Amino acid sequence: MANNIKLMQGNEAIAEGAVIAGCNFFAGYPITPSSEISEYLSVKLPKTGGVFLQMEDEIAALGAVLGASLGGAKAITATSGPGMSLKQEHIGYASMCEIPCVIVNVMRGGPSTGLPTLPSQSDVMQVKWGVHGDHAIIAITPSSVNESLYETVRAFNLSIKYRTPVIILTDEIIGHMREKVIIMEKDSIEILEIKLPSVPPEEYKPYNYLSGKVTPLAPMGEGYRYHVTGLIHGDTGFPSQKTEVIQNAQNWLIDKIYKNVADIEKFEEFQTGDAELLLVAYGSTSRSSRQAVMMARAAGIKAGLFRPITIWPFPEKQIKNLAKRAKIILVPEMNMGQIIFEVQRCACNSAVHGLNIVNGEPITPDQIYDKIKEITK
Amino acid sequence: MSGKTEIRFAGSGGQGLILAGIILADAAAIYDNKNAVQTQSYGPEARGGSSKSEVVISDAPIEYPKATKIDYMVVLTQESFSKYIFDLRDNGVVIADKELITDFSNAKGKLYMLDMVKSAREELGKLLGLNIIALGALVEISNVVSKETILKALLKRVPKGFEDYNKKALEIGFRLAKEVKNN
Repeated sequence: MANNIKLMQGNEAIAEGAVIAGCNFFAGYPITPSSEISEYLSVKLPKTGGVFLQMEDEIAALGAVLGASLGGAKAITATSGPGMSLKQEHIGYASMCEIPCVIVNVMRGGPSTGLPTLPSQSDVMQVKWGVHGDHAIIAITPSSVNESLYETVRAFNLSIKYRTPVIILTDEIIGHMREKVIIMEKDSIEILEIKLPSVPPEEYKPYNYLSGKVTPLAPMGEGYRYHVTGLIHGDTGFPSQKTEVIQNAQNWLIDKIYKNVADIEKFEEFQTGDAELLLVAYGSTSRSSRQAVMMARAAGIKAGLFRPITIWPFPEKQIKNLAKRAKIILVPEMNMGQIIFEVQRCACNSAVHGLNIVNGEPITPDQIYDKIKEITK
Repeated sequence: MSGKTEIRFAGSGGQGLILAGIILADAAAIYDNKNAVQTQSYGPEARGGSSKSEVVISDAPIEYPKATKIDYMVVLTQESFSKYIFDLRDNGVVIADKELITDFSNAKGKLYMLDMVKSAREELGKLLGLNIIALGALVEISNVVSKETILKALLKRVPKGFEDYNKKALEIGFRLAKEVKNN
């Protein structure tokens, strides 16, 4: 049998996915419910010539990851709410300097230290807006252990392809649950390798905003010279305050992601074909929602589920299309209402309802089905 | 059982009940090739506090991963007995330790009282392995997986040098359960 089937935890699957993707650097600071990722990589990476670093805090951890990435490593860090707040400064730096990296946030209840061991989905907007200044972000919300593994590989690919931080936004339920994972042969998975630029070192311009193409980031030490700064910079990386450079840089940070949405987006639809009631749900809540759709169908309600896998950029086009038929939309999330705002924006002619349960327990299929009955009455 | 069985191990942090759940899920998912999901819930403390480990085993894909209508519950503290018994099915089964659980004011379902702690002390010489005794008892009573399968899954997770100790613990669990089952 070519495929290796294992019982794994979501967090372990993320770590295993990182190893499969060729990750050779982890720096982090342990925090529940993400610690199993660092635990797993602390065992695995040193055995394959990689580096595992436990840093003094989460800020330093992402700093180390960015340094490693500039040196040509495939680098990852993992954290949860309080650590994610600390990381914002360096996420902005990674966006500005266009340094590939993967950041895992296993969501727990907040704000502040909140609920260390209990689930939540309340960092969805922080991931999009936590950094000051205009920038675009890619975020992925897996809903199973198997998906955690393969989406981590995709996160590395996207981070290299678009030279951007990619956030794996999972939650305590998916992170801590164990289920079956099918580990495919490595050569049957698309894995993007870090490439040297196609131009000689003296012609290398790492910040080529007008080419419309992402220039590969040359690893330091390979003879390519450039400057790295969080200040707005021109094509060689040195700071600039020229109006056209500023505008080009700002446009580029948004355009390189939003003009490639078709390549970055990923979603799953379940029974949406004739759906008059649409559920939009992600991560662990999408599992309960799927079960609630089956319950509703059994009762003769034409329900369907749209599940974003890439949650940022938000799948606007798909929601707009589905909202043409679905005049009632339900957005269950383990927060006080976050993604519902995006759904309302895309489905302004539909009645969009939220189901917001934030009591430390996952939202159950029964709770969602009850809400479906209430809004379809 | 309509192709779906929900099992809960409940006790306090440090008793090894999460591991018992993992071994059971591994047995069902990998060795018996069923769908199985294991989840857990515990507080922020490293030891103590109520802790539970749940396994859902099903022929069909499992969406909602946690247990909601418990078929079998194994309990190793009074606190967890009182706290977690509420969603046991009316015809559900509880396997409890004779020494540790003494207050049955909110008991429901069918109750099996087993001398797990006493047997661990007398036959293993310590309480280490109480979780495996409990796992053995659960398998004997529920038959959710076979005895051969659970032994294979157990031995895969046991540190080298502790195979015989754990095998002995598992067999104590089988025996204790068999005794009460026949009564």
